[in-house]
Amino acid sequence: MNLTLKIWRQKNAKDKGGFALYTIDGISEDMSFLEMIDVLNERLIGKNAEPVAFDHDCREGICGMCSMFINGRAHGPWAGTTTCQLHMRAFKDGDTITIEPWRAAGFPVVKDLVVDRSAFDRIIASGGFVSVNTGNAKDANNITIPKPDADESFAAAACIGCGACVASCKNSSAMLFVSAKVSQLALLPQGQVERKQRVQSMVAQMDAEGFGNCTNTGSCEAECPKEISLTHIARMNREYMMANIME
Amino acid sequence: MTITQFINSSLGRKTVMAATGLFLCVFLVEHLYGNLLLFYTDGGEAFIEYSHTLVHSLFIRIVEIFLFAAIIVHVVQAIHLTRLNSTARPVKYTEYKVGETSNWFSRNMGITGSLILFFLVVHLWRFFVPYRITDAVGGEGQINVAQDVKLAFQNGWYVLFYLVSIAFLTFHLNHGFQSAFKSLGLNSKKHEQLLSVSGSVFAFGIVGIGFASIPVLFYFGIAGSTF
Ligand code: SF4
Ligand code: FES
Repeated sequence: MNLTLKIWRQKNAKDKGGFALYTIDGISEDMSFLEMIDVLNERLIGKNAEPVAFDHDCREGICGMCSMFINGRAHGPWAGTTTCQLHMRAFKDGDTITIEPWRAAGFPVVKDLVVDRSAFDRIIASGGFVSVNTGNAKDANNITIPKPDADESFAAAACIGCGACVASCKNSSAMLFVSAKVSQLALLPQGQVERKQRVQSMVAQMDAEGFGNCTNTGSCEAECPKEISLTHIARMNREYMMANIME
Repeated sequence: MTITQFINSSLGRKTVMAATGLFLCVFLVEHLYGNLLLFYTDGGEAFIEYSHTLVHSLFIRIVEIFLFAAIIVHVVQAIHLTRLNSTARPVKYTEYKVGETSNWFSRNMGITGSLILFFLVVHLWRFFVPYRITDAVGGEGQINVAQDVKLAFQNGWYVLFYLVSIAFLTFHLNHGFQSAFKSLGLNSKKHEQLLSVSGSVFAFGIVGIGFASIPVLFYFGIAGSTF
């Protein structure tokens, strides 16, 4: 395949940045999107040019690093996939592909396509944990959990913190991410001790990081590579209200 | 957490939008009930009596204050949220295909809402102000409200304006009604489908068809033949 790539280049956080055009040939449709960028970077390095900086780690859809806004969609056109799981067969020979970083006040650009997602880490640190006494590990079956709760919690725990929800939301809201983390622990017996304080702290941190306000448009759910359900947001709202009423 | 902190948090704001929105939905149902009294072939008796009660009941006076307060809070909060949300993405995307993942009406509640607000002003000016203020103060029962409605909807342009506005209201509610439930925490995988269907039935089936039927039936002379 021969392609034209329109890629956002930005030297550092202070640089204004802009698009650069690259033409690339000999791309196989069996390559992943990141492999295609690897090929581009190899060639740039060969020409002594600065390669395109982008985040990646696992390349199998579990780390959530590969943030790229491709042709107007978070992680490109496929549903339920990350950029590393997107394959070049999603595109046609001769296509022009626009690649931008996540755009949100909460995710400042570090360089090119790399954004700083540590706002998510701070949200987790503010309450997304359970306090456990140290000592011997207990037998897991000592704590019984109803199967539907376990399933629901597990579905929420699938969130990889990629930030596609924020990136795709018209309001740059982080509610899907935060609600997945709140749900995951609120549903389990181990999460009960900090239940009220958790949702309050995490929401306060989310607001402090400058993410927008949810209007239930549903873009996040449609773009989430782990297909986290919008119903978690409703659960978070419920948790938050209850935490405030019961205080 | 204090109540002020709650109201100023993102989730608190969402709760306020939802609660005021749903309260206004309740009002719409009540308003529709009143309007449908116009379809009695009793020379407008039922509707006139109903309007009279509205103007003279102390209870309604009190509810009216809450109603206007809800409208103001809903609008002010919406403006505030829109401004906050626009700062949440300082650099915009060059290519942004958000239309592939959500529908236009859910993303443009501000536009449909503004048009509804404009309609509301015109509507209050035409019906509410004369009955409730000028007539009630200036001289008892000068206007025959039933005949006045009939008169208003003889103008085709006015009917068209109502129909367009009701269409916007319908689309606003199609997203708003179900969204309000979600914001109040009332959504789960089991009820998701039910909620979205109820939202559409409420918006199109009840509010849309219900309110649109009045200008249409009066314009074509199907309603109001007895007054
Ligand atoms: S909710 Fe989905 S889109 Fe958002 S961070 Fe988690 S996995 Fe990514
Ligand atoms: S690189 Fe890990 S999810 Fe894509």
